[in-house]
Order: sequence, then C-alpha cells, then structure tokens
Amino acid sequence: MIQFKTLLLKGYSYAMTVGWGRILHVDLSSGKHRFEDIDPDVSRLWIGGKGLAGYYLLPEITRSPDDPALPLIFMAGPLTGTPAPASGRICVMSKSPLTGAIGDCSVGGGFGWQLKKAGIDGIVITGVSRRLCGIEISDENVSIEDAGRLEGTGTNEIYSRLKDKGSVACIGPAAEHGVLFSSIMVDGTFAAGRGGLGLVSASKNLKYVTVHGTGVVPVHDQEKLRKAGEDIRRLIAATPALTGEHGLQNCGTAACYDLISCRRMMPTANFRKTFFPPAQSMNSHAFADAYRPKRYGCKACHVLCKRVGEDGTHLPEFETMSHFSALIENENLSAVTEANRICNEAGMDTISAGATLACFSEISGEKLTPARITELLLDIAAGKGEGSELGQGSLRFAESKGCSDLSMSVKGMELPGYDPRGAYGMALGYVTSTRGACHLRAYPISHEILRKPVATDRFSFAGKARIVKIAEDMNAVIDSLTVCKFFLFGCSLEEYSSVLSAVTGTETSAQDLLAAGERIYFRERVMNAKCGFTSDDDDLPPRFFAEEGSSGDGIDIPPLNREDFLEARSKYYRIRGLDGKGIPLENFAEELGLSELL
Amino acid sequence: MKKLLEKYSAKMVSAGLAESGNPLLGGLDAELEWNREDPAIPVLEEVFGGLSINSLLFSLPAEPYRSIIDYLASGDVHSIKPEDSETRTFMHDLPVIRDFRSDLIIEKLRKRKSVIIRGKGIVTWGTVSPEQAFIFYSSVCFSCFVKFFSDYLRDSRRGSLSREQERVFRNALKNLDKYPDEPPALMSAPFGNREDVYRAVAQAGRMTVEHRLVDSFFGNVSLKWGDTLFISQTTSSLDELEGCIDPCPLDGSACTSITASSEFSAHMDILRLTGMKAILHGHPRFSVIMSMDCEKENCEFRGSCHIRCPEPRFIGDIPVVPGEVGTGPYGLSNTLPPAMRNSRGVIVRGHGLFTVSGEDFNGAFRNLLSIERMCREEYFKLPERI
Ligand code: SF4
Repeated sequence: MIQFKTLLLKGYSYAMTVGWGRILHVDLSSGKHRFEDIDPDVSRLWIGGKGLAGYYLLPEITRSPDDPALPLIFMAGPLTGTPAPASGRICVMSKSPLTGAIGDCSVGGGFGWQLKKAGIDGIVITGVSRRLCGIEISDENVSIEDAGRLEGTGTNEIYSRLKDKGSVACIGPAAEHGVLFSSIMVDGTFAAGRGGLGLVSASKNLKYVTVHGTGVVPVHDQEKLRKAGEDIRRLIAATPALTGEHGLQNCGTAACYDLISCRRMMPTANFRKTFFPPAQSMNSHAFADAYRPKRYGCKACHVLCKRVGEDGTHLPEFETMSHFSALIENENLSAVTEANRICNEAGMDTISAGATLACFSEISGEKLTPARITELLLDIAAGKGEGSELGQGSLRFAESKGCSDLSMSVKGMELPGYDPRGAYGMALGYVTSTRGACHLRAYPISHEILRKPVATDRFSFAGKARIVKIAEDMNAVIDSLTVCKFFLFGCSLEEYSSVLSAVTGTETSAQDLLAAGERIYFRERVMNAKCGFTSDDDDLPPRFFAEEGSSGDGIDIPPLNREDFLEARSKYYRIRGLDGKGIPLENFAEELGLSELL
Repeated sequence: MKKLLEKYSAKMVSAGLAESGNPLLGGLDAELEWNREDPAIPVLEEVFGGLSINSLLFSLPAEPYRSIIDYLASGDVHSIKPEDSETRTFMHDLPVIRDFRSDLIIEKLRKRKSVIIRGKGIVTWGTVSPEQAFIFYSSVCFSCFVKFFSDYLRDSRRGSLSREQERVFRNALKNLDKYPDEPPALMSAPFGNREDVYRAVAQAGRMTVEHRLVDSFFGNVSLKWGDTLFISQTTSSLDELEGCIDPCPLDGSACTSITASSEFSAHMDILRLTGMKAILHGHPRFSVIMSMDCEKENCEFRGSCHIRCPEPRFIGDIPVVPGEVGTGPYGLSNTLPPAMRNSRGVIVRGHGLFTVSGEDFNGAFRNLLSIERMCREEYFKLPERI
C-alpha cells in the first residue's frame, strides 16, 4: 500500500475521525473474511465512499475486470447512518468491464445505512466463489451462502425473497449472461447502474450481498447536527428544482423531461435530432395520470424523488424516460415503463440499454415497435441471438458493423439524456468524466439548465473548464460523503462541512473538502492513465461536431465548434494538472502530495 | 470572462453599491483576468491560489453602506449576524477581519461566502460565475443596512444609542435613495400576444431594479395571461428578464416551472385566492426593517420570529406575516397567499414585500412604491415617538 505520510506532512490532512474505521474484506476464493481497522490517516485523507473505495482500487486497477484479485467495493460515507440530510447512499466501485476505466456508482436504498449500523464502513470483495454464492452480514456475523437456487432470478424476486435478511444488493440474469452494462440493484429498485459493475460481481460468482445492522452510528454533537441539518432543509425548501410545485419532490426526476424538451436538447433518434414532438404527451404529468404514483426514496431523505404507481409499477427516472422514448423514437408510454421494468429486473443500465437500442435502430434502419423493444431487451438480458451482440454495448456493436462513429458514447459508455450541443459545459463534462459519458461527475446541467447556483451561458465554453473542474472536485466529495447530488441544487459544501464537523467532532471547511475532492479526482485520472487512457479517449462522437440539432422556438442548436471544444479541453487539462495528452503531471501530483501514486 | 467582470463592476456602481472605479473583479479559467489594474491584485492572487474558486470581488462599498459596515464591524467584532431572513438563510453570518492579508482572507472564505475587511472593503467569491460574487457582495450591503437601522430602533427604545451610532445614522440619512413622486407608466393591459406579455414582465422587473426596490437585483415577477402564468426564473436578475421568463400552464400539465422562481407556489395561490393577475415581489429596505421591528424583547420566539411570530401585525393597512423562502413547513407559501386576499400588498417578515394588481403591473408597482414610502415614513416617526 502507498505510504501517505508525505501527504500528512504537507498538511493535506484535516484531523477528523470518519466512520467506524472498519472495513470487511471477503475473499470468495478461500471463503474467508477479516476485518481491517483502517489507518486513521487514510480515512481522514479520503473521507469515505468514493474517496476511500478508490484507495482500495488503485493498486489493482490494471487488472482485467474478471481477474479474481480485482476488488468489488461497497463503501459507505462518514455521514451514512446518521440523520444528516440525504446521506443514506453508498458508493459501489470496481474497474468497469464496459469501459476498462474506473467504474463507480452512487446508489440509494438502505444498504449503506444497514452496513453502518452493523459497525462496518465498507466491504472489499475479492476472489471467485466456486459456485454461485451470496454474502450475508448481520452485525459481526458474516457468512458466505450457496445461491445456486437463485441462478437466473430477477432482482426484484431476489429482493422479495431476501429482504428479511436486511438490505439486499444483487445482480440479475443480465450479469450472469455477460452483459457489459449490467447493474447491481439495491433493495429492488435502486440501481448502481452505470459501467457494468454487475458483471464484476458475476465474474466472482456473487449473486447477492445482504446486510443487517442493529447498532447506532455515533454522532459527536447531536445539537450541532440538528442545526446544520435545519440549515440544509431550509435551503432545500427554497429550491424550486427540488421542492417547488414541479420539482423533484412533487414530480420525481421526470420533472426534467419538459425542461430538456423545451430547451431543445432532448437526444432523439440516436442523437440525430434534439427535439421529440410527442414528448409533450409523455411527460411527468402523463405518467402521473396513467399511474397515480406515490413517492419514496433513499434513507435520510425528505425529498423522496422516486415514484411507484398505484399498481406497484416503478416509474422510470428522467434518463430512462428520455432514452426509451425520444432516443428510440417510441411514442408509447407503457413501452417506456415496461422497458424500465425489464432492465431493472434483469439488472441492466437503462441508459446504456436505451442508447444501444438506438444505435442498433440507426445501423439496421429498423423502426422499433413496443413489442420489438421488449423482445430485444429480453434477448439482451438472456444473451440470446442479436441480444448477445447488443449486450456488449453500443460501441462494440457499432464496431462489429464497421460504423463505430454511430455509437454515441465516450470511453465506450453511452451518453445520457442531455444533448451536448444544448449545453457546452455538459459537452466538456462528458469527456473529462473518468467513467465515460456521465452527466453526474460535473453536473453542468445544474447551472446551464437549472440555474443553480446561478445561470451560465449554455452555448458558450467560456469559463467552463474551471467550472467543470471545481464541480468534479465537489461531486467527488459528495460521493465520498455519500450524500445525494440533487441536494447541491439548493445548498453547498459550506453546509455539508458543518454537518461533517458535527458528526465527527473535528472542524472542517468547504475548501478543505474541495481540496480532498481534487485529490480524489486526480487519483482517478492516475488510475485511468495506468489503464492506457489518453486525450484520444476524452472525445465526443464526430456527429456532435458535424451535424446540427433540431433548432426551433427561437433556439438555435448548431454543431459544436471543434476548435472551441479542444481549447476548452486543453484549458481543463492545464487546470487539472494534466499534460497535453491528458496524462497526470508529476509536479502537479507532487503539489497535491500524491507523487507516490504515479 | 473579461466582459462578465466588467458587467458586474458596472452593476455594482449602478445599484449604488460601490463608487465608479472601485470594484475589482478577477476571473479565473485557465488564466487569471482582472477588470482593471490595482495594487491589491497581488494579495488577491494569493487568495485565488488558496481557494478553489473561479472569481473574486473586492470593493469598498459606497455610502451609506461604507459607514454602516464600518460601524457594525468596529470594536472586537469577529462576525456580523444578519437578521433579515434571506441573508440568514444563504449567508449564515458575515466574518470580519482587520488586515488585508491573504492568509486571513483565505481563512474566512474557506467557510463563508464573504469577508469584511474593516475600513477597506468586502471580498466575496464565486465558483461558477462572478455573478455569485456580486450577489454575495450585494447581500452583505443589504443585510448590514437592515441590521443597522433595526438596531438603531432597538437601541432608541432601550435609550442606549451611542454617539457613534447617532453620527452614522445621520450620515446614512443623507445618502438614502430618493423615491419618485409618481410611479413610472408601465405597459398596460390588455396584452394582445405572448410577446407583449414577456415584454411587460421584463419591463416590470427592470423598473423594480431601477427604483432600487430589490436587493441583488432579485425578487420575482409574474403575470397571468390566458391559462398560463408567466413568471421570472429562479436566480434571474430582474433587470435582465428577457429570455428568463417561464410560461407555466395553470393546470400543471408541464413541469416548466422547475426553473421558475422559488416563490412560484405562492404566486399561484395568490392568483387563485385574489383573482388578481399581476404580482411583484421586491425587497424594499424599510419594508423589511419595519417588518422586523418588535418591542417585546423577552418574547419566547426571539431569534425565530421570522417564522414563528404568532402576533397579527400591520404596518398601516399592510399585513406582516412570518414565513421563509420556499415551500417548507414555515414556508411563506403557507402564510402569504391568505394574507393577500384583502390587501394590496403583504410584507413577509424580514424578507420582502409582495404586491398585486388586476390586469397589468401598473397597480402592483404603485403599491410597491407607496408601501415602501409609508414604511420609511413610519420608521422615521418611531425614534421621534420613542
Ligand atoms: S433526492 Fe432522490 S436520489 Fe436523492 S436521496 Fe432523495 S430519494 Fe434519493
């Protein structure tokens, strides 16, 4: 393991006790487990969640995704299990089979919460079980159980069968059939969706993990936490995107559907267009009329942005709605919910699944009917016929047909529901994202579309390089605290640093946390560089520089200017401490106290 | 970036927040740019080096803010605690230091959005745009103004006014904004098409700013036309509403209000309850100050009166209600609309003034101006009475 003493000497540590300081290691090859007390210096440096998970992934990052020694990591944050607002999430991390880069997801549900109550901050799983197995954790007790009876079983069914054992993280049949964008589902409906982490679990023959805890997560100063939490809730109440009449609280993430449509940046027909006329009748209102949904959500959250219909149908998130309607030009509402159900049950990322179907539709020239969408998704999950090719993701599929440019992906991961020609910060953020085309790493939609904290010009690259870099650092912190990013529409690290101080008993500030976020994100660039990623991989598909989007309603959507894009990217490299090829610079690593990583 | 820096420098001057030539703004993308040369730049460059930000603002406030802030920051004050609810929510408190030194500035800005350097000015930052730095600077000026005049009333009552307080008060009086005798003529109803509606909303916003009836250019404006509410977007600057107005169907069939003002729900309920069509919301200072004035020093709700005060309150004929921004349990969306039912305006305690009128903004603007004028007159009567 890397020695971090130099970092501490450089004053990069802020003294803080984070979490229990206890990691569970499970080796599926030997069937053994052990608890590790984390070096407090390490947990101070990397906070928890994404930051701490990366600490365990770094030494193994060059391994193949199916190498038994590659860890699959579940890591809670220092606030998880406390009443800190929206802190009930967890980071799942490994190397992505889809991209070959670092792969991590922040996922809701009760897994992190139960883990912390069991007295554990994280689980590092290595090895391969000889037979399909599950890990069951109940406070101190850890066992590896045979899961042969669950082979091929869908994620919801598994959750129903195992929920008495606590929170459940599991894979579905898609992962068992080698789908490169297979997910890990938590408590039935919360997805660690992107990058194919489900396949890493499958390659270890691990079908599920359950965890149940009965402890109480300690809080240093309850009163201070209550007040800091109140500050956050007050700001959330003042944020229309969250608690307004049409914000996430009242309409779920589907609230974004109308907005993205009327900003003329809804990816349509595999990104050949940016406007989908039927969208008006497929919005949140239409879903609410059809399903009369109730809201639910993650632990410790009062926004509760998830939706379940009267009949138990789980309603799709914005990304899923967008890709299973506009992107594949489907006008049928129930086909969208059915596609969502199939993906969740089979354990597949809805964004990559929708985008892969769109790529297939463009290449084959086939218009996808609702029945055909269902058929293809079931085939992908089962690894059958055309489905087995499509299960490799859009890039490999398009390459196999000799037209790789028609895969709308970055680093092999498909773009989500925001056309980059409609938000230039998003265009930059897609390529600088360490896990492939991801809207959440820098989340420029926040300022370019939702006007938070203030609006920026969405059709300009000016100033975006630094904005993207700072936002990446900030979101790396948020994923390390394992807090929900949506809350950042209303508040900032200023408020969450007070929450963290209240929980840990050690003063910290927003800027201390941002410095930690910078180290965490830089380390991800280091990991990707070790895996051979360069500036060639930090690029958008050629379509976005050559073809215009669907202008109208007084909004022009021209193609992106390649020179402006490249200039913004090279500014980003300078700010992030990378050379012209996107490789981490030694002197910058030294400044961050991370030279030992290189 | 340079254009943005110059834009916000000019806005500070036009809003009376700084004297011409004083605002110094820096913006950092890959390179650092300033709106002008200044000897303070080397120190501020060190501040940029110590913080993860993209913009920085340093300026000496114009009068009366300068004397007021110097007074509030005098003695061994380490931070000023604003009492208006908007600043409390977004800024928490306003740290104060004595020396213009990068290490001291960095230390404070690591935790807060502004730092006051006694006698020298205010430093604020942004992570996304210089607009944030401008907003934070403006909020410091506004909240200190409100606090000073509120404290003056309280201390008059206690008989504990200091000479210095009196001196600053008299000086501030000389620099108060003058209100026009007559409100400006705004576009009048009926509006023939959507474009006219957009223009009317933008014009009402711009006039509210030009008459200095808002803080940080924020507030909100809406107009009902047909079956749609046209409302200013959240964080939009009221003097630049062109392109920042959301058309929201009254039947809720589209979620376009997701970017609308945080007071969207309150606007909708006001329309439903009053049948009026035009709503204006600003933060005129004396309306805010008077709404916070209370003689009950030992009240059990002290410290949280902006959300919990149970007393029915009026300034003249205008009701004052508790409530904070947004839709939370103490949100003004619960208290404001019912109070508006029989009134030409309502003041939300420590926050701002909402006014309404029937078909266009002329009545709402007249109400905004006349209520603020009344509050100012009431304010200056109070110390005399005391
Ligand atoms: S806002 Fe939604 S995603 Fe975020 S914590 Fe709440 S329920 Fe979970």
